[in-house]
Amino acid sequence: MFQDAIIPLDQWVSVAVEWLVDNYREFFQMLKWPVDKLLTGFEHGLNTVHPLVVIAVVCFLAWKFSGKRLAIFSLASMLLVGFLGLWEDTMITLAMVLSSVVICALIGIPFGIMSGRSDRFEAGLRPVLDAMQTTPAFVYLVPIVMLFSVGNVAGVLATIIFALPPIIRLTSLGIRQVHPELVEAAQAFGATRWQVLIKVQIPLALPTILAGLNQTIMMALSMVVIAALIGAGGLGSPVILGLNTLDIGRAVVGGLGIVLMAIVLDRITQSMAQKK
Amino acid sequence: MGQITVENLYKIFGSKPRKGLELLNKGLDKTEVLEKTGMTVGVNNASFTIEDGEIFVIMGLSGSGKSTIVRMLNRLIEPTAGRVLVNGEDITAMSDDELVKFRLHNMSMVFQSFALMPHQTVLDNAAFGLELAGVDKAKRHERAREALEQVGLAGWEDQYPKQLSGGMQQRVGLARGLAVDPEILLMDEAFSALDPLIRTEMQDELINLQEEHQRTIVFISHDLDEALRIGDRIAIMEGGSVVQVGTPDEILQNPANDYVRAFFRGVDPTGVISAGDIVRDSHPTIVLTRGGSLRIAHEILSGSELEYAYVLDSRRHFLGVVSSEGIRNALEAGLPEHPLSQVYLTEAKSVHKDDSMQDILPQVAASTWPIPVVDDDNRYLGVVSKNRFLKTLHKTEVALSDGGDQ
Repeated sequence: MFQDAIIPLDQWVSVAVEWLVDNYREFFQMLKWPVDKLLTGFEHGLNTVHPLVVIAVVCFLAWKFSGKRLAIFSLASMLLVGFLGLWEDTMITLAMVLSSVVICALIGIPFGIMSGRSDRFEAGLRPVLDAMQTTPAFVYLVPIVMLFSVGNVAGVLATIIFALPPIIRLTSLGIRQVHPELVEAAQAFGATRWQVLIKVQIPLALPTILAGLNQTIMMALSMVVIAALIGAGGLGSPVILGLNTLDIGRAVVGGLGIVLMAIVLDRITQSMAQKK
Repeated sequence: MGQITVENLYKIFGSKPRKGLELLNKGLDKTEVLEKTGMTVGVNNASFTIEDGEIFVIMGLSGSGKSTIVRMLNRLIEPTAGRVLVNGEDITAMSDDELVKFRLHNMSMVFQSFALMPHQTVLDNAAFGLELAGVDKAKRHERAREALEQVGLAGWEDQYPKQLSGGMQQRVGLARGLAVDPEILLMDEAFSALDPLIRTEMQDELINLQEEHQRTIVFISHDLDEALRIGDRIAIMEGGSVVQVGTPDEILQNPANDYVRAFFRGVDPTGVISAGDIVRDSHPTIVLTRGGSLRIAHEILSGSELEYAYVLDSRRHFLGVVSSEGIRNALEAGLPEHPLSQVYLTEAKSVHKDDSMQDILPQVAASTWPIPVVDDDNRYLGVVSKNRFLKTLHKTEVALSDGGDQ
């Protein structure tokens, strides 16, 4: 029964994207600029300093927020990654993760706060977040490449789309979990909306916001391999390369690097959230 | 100054409060409005005045609108209609900025669940209102320290609320309210979450604080004992309406309806009604200007049918009680020019006007003369006779059981 009346949505989308590319490519290239600056900044920083400095900083953070055990584990993981010949790729991945997380936090925390304070805003935002989390990455990889061309920046942008929802959702949740009597008390003592936010809601939501940041970091890491499909470098590329050439060893080494990084970043950020 | 006037205040919760208001004005009641529109009438046409410096208790069962009404005094809840005037200034007409300023300086609040900031120390919690007002750190900490000392929490400044017991947490809540030095303190079931013993302790604390520095305190409670203990006046709410406002003994002696009666049933009226409430100036007084003599006293007493007279000085300070029998005996003994003071009844002592009927009962029972009542300055106000005492008991008994049996 559907044969005669198929909606040609696929064609409409193609036309729309082509139209965007033809008319607004300049605009989208402009969007790239801040991402590009941030990313190259991180990349440059991480790759010019001595690896021992990076290792020392990571171990210090691990020790400060968690303890000796995590510091030792971090040291071992970073050394292993280095001796597996993955140091440069790891630093690129770290730079990409850091840039996407910074941008996710910059966008996500304000959006989360708004959504935490307004039911209407949240109702409007929720389907968008659902779509961002469930749309297979492959669907938006092509338009991203068309609009932003291939490379690390496009990889970061694809990562942002995927990794942004958790920080928004958990920020919103954190704001909503603040006991209404505390907000009421602040108002009764003459707090403005801004003071309620700064002095009550954000400090009390902070552990939940940090949990959201942790989730965002993990999601960003899981996009590394997919981002490599559109020419982003880093730990994803040995995996893709190994896959394409059936070089199983290479793929596994790349995968191991991702896993080790994920564990280190996860444990550090998790203990940050708990400490707060 | 902290006088609050509430004029025809309404709060209707729901999508079209104006519509609900119209229905109420047409004479429908709370349940009818709920059935017709699905909207809840929180407060229905409340009007009363809270005097400067009094403890005004708003009492009612849960759902009677008492928490709503207190939140309309500082506009945590926007009234649907009506006005709230504080010292003649209309709170309901204030802009947001004016309202913030008003809350910062004139009115603070203590909450049932304490509502302390868990991420701040006791000291910072107490300084919270001052921090919002932009007072610098050294100054606000100094004032918070003073407030904590007032409530007996000196030495606990660096703890976090979680580390304190419930009673102590509410002391912090009270200190937070006092630190901004407001004219008006709103207390929403402030002691209801505490153990009975701690609750009584806090009530005493509040009365002490009030003696040191009078503020207008609006106290919400569902506990009658509490209301009677601390309230200068009580407003009783039922289903969003204020059904009666008065001093505890006014309400006790003259309950407005069955709801109020039900509230007061089981209350021992002798604990509530004080000597000052039932005092009568029914007996002759003798003002002792220049020594005063037995003969003058004899003249005065024999002119009346009464057995006892009360001797005062020129400024109406109470000096003693004389009986006509005692005077007669002295006269017969031939001492007409002797001072009156030698025939004072030695057992006759005055009672204070705030002493409850319970307190004065032993004296009333043991004395043949009516008991003299004096104020703080020992000024004579009148007497309480056995007859008067019993009549009051009977009247409140009747007032309270009256509608209850119907």
